[in-house]
Amino acid sequence: MFDLTGKTALVTGATGGLGAAIARSLHAQGAKVVLSGTRESVLAELAAELGAKRPDSAFIVAANLSDAAQVDGLVAKAEAVAGSGLDILIANAGITRDGLILRMKDEDWETVIKVNLEAYFRLARAATKGMMKRRHGRIIGITSIVGVTGNPGQTNYAASKAGMIGFSKALAQEVASRNITVNCIAPGFIASPMTDELNEAQRAAILAKIPAGALGEGSDIAAAAVYLASAEAGYVTGQTLHVNGGMAMI
Amino acid sequence: MSEVLERVRKIVIDHLDADPDKVTEKASFIDDLEADSLDIVELVMAFEEEFDIEIPDDSAEHILTVGDAVSYIDGKLKS
Ligand SMILES: NC(=O)c1ccc[n+]([C@@H]2O[C@H](COP(=O)([O-])OP(=O)(O)OC[C@H]3O[C@@H](n4cnc5c(N)ncnc54)[C@H](OP(=O)(O)O)[C@@H]3O)[C@@H](O)[C@H]2O)c1
Repeated sequence: MFDLTGKTALVTGATGGLGAAIARSLHAQGAKVVLSGTRESVLAELAAELGAKRPDSAFIVAANLSDAAQVDGLVAKAEAVAGSGLDILIANAGITRDGLILRMKDEDWETVIKVNLEAYFRLARAATKGMMKRRHGRIIGITSIVGVTGNPGQTNYAASKAGMIGFSKALAQEVASRNITVNCIAPGFIASPMTDELNEAQRAAILAKIPAGALGEGSDIAAAAVYLASAEAGYVTGQTLHVNGGMAMI
Repeated sequence: MSEVLERVRKIVIDHLDADPDKVTEKASFIDDLEADSLDIVELVMAFEEEFDIEIPDDSAEHILTVGDAVSYIDGKLKS
C-alpha cells in the first residue's frame, strides 16, 4: 500500500520543517522528489541525503515564489531536472506576516497572498497541463487549521489558507474526470524550531487546547501527504484532511 | 484534403479517441464527437502547440466543429 515507485513529486518549501519531512516520506515510499525553496545550500544537503539512499532520486530547483515568473517556470524546470512528468505537486511553502488589522500594511497582505495563495494557483495551473495529458495527478496544498477557524492577528494568513481550500475544491471538480485529485492538508500546531522557543506557560496554554495533549510532528503531516499522493486515495478529492490532535473537529 | 485538415483530424482522433470516419469537417466536437468542455480546452491547447499559434478565448468559443478549427487555423497561418 501507498507505494510511490515511479512517481515524481515536486515539494515547495522543502527547506522548511514540514516540507523536508514530506519530501523524506514521499522519497521513502519510492518517489523521485524535486526539492524547491530559496536556500540552495539547504536544498542541496537534503538532496544529497536522499540521493545517497537511491541514485538519481532527488533533485533541486531553487525558486522565489514571490516572483510570478519564477513560479510559472518551476514545474517545467522540475520536470526537466527529474527527466519525467510531474505526478505529485505538494504546495507547501508558506509564510506569515502577522499583525492586527489596524496595523496591517498593504505589503504584509500582498506578500502573504502572493506566496501562499497565488503561487499555489500558478503551480497548480502549470502542473495540471501535463497531468491532464497523462491522465494522472495528485495536487496537494498545505493549508492550515487557521484557514478554517481563524486566528486574531492573522487575517492575511487565514485568508490565504482559506483561499487555498476554495481553490482546491473548484479545481478538483474541473479535473476529476482526468484522474487528477486535488486536496489540502490542514496542520494544527506542529513542533518546529519556533515552538521550541516557547516558555512553559505558553506551551501549557497551547497544549490545553489540544485533546491529544501534544504538539504534532512533521511526520504526522508527511503521512497524510503520502496517503493523499497514493493510488489508494484516488477516490478522495476536494477534501481537507485536518491533522491537529483534535484541536478543531470540522 | 488540406494539410491543415489532416493535422487537425489527427489531433482530434488521438485526443478524443474518436472513430476516424466520424471526424469530418462538419463534425461538432460536443454533439458528434462526445467531447466535454475540458476536452475542448485541451484540443485548443493542442492546436496552439501543433501550429505554433495563439488562440484567444473569444476565438476559441467559436470553434465548434472540425471545420471551424481548420478555417480559423488557416486564417491565422495566412496572416
Ligand atoms: N508548523 C506549523 O505548525 C504549521 C501549522 C499550520 C500550517 N503550516 C503550514 O505548513 C507549511 C510549512 O510550514 P513549516 O512549519 O515547515 O514552515 P517553515 O519551516 O517556516 O518553512 C517555510 C518554507 O516555505 C518556504 N518559503 C517561504 N517563502 C518563500 C518564497 N518567497 N519562495 C520560496 N519558498 C518560500 C521556505 O523556503 P526558504 O526558507 O528556502 O525560503 C521554507 O522552506 C506552510 O505553508 C505553513 O503555513 C505549518
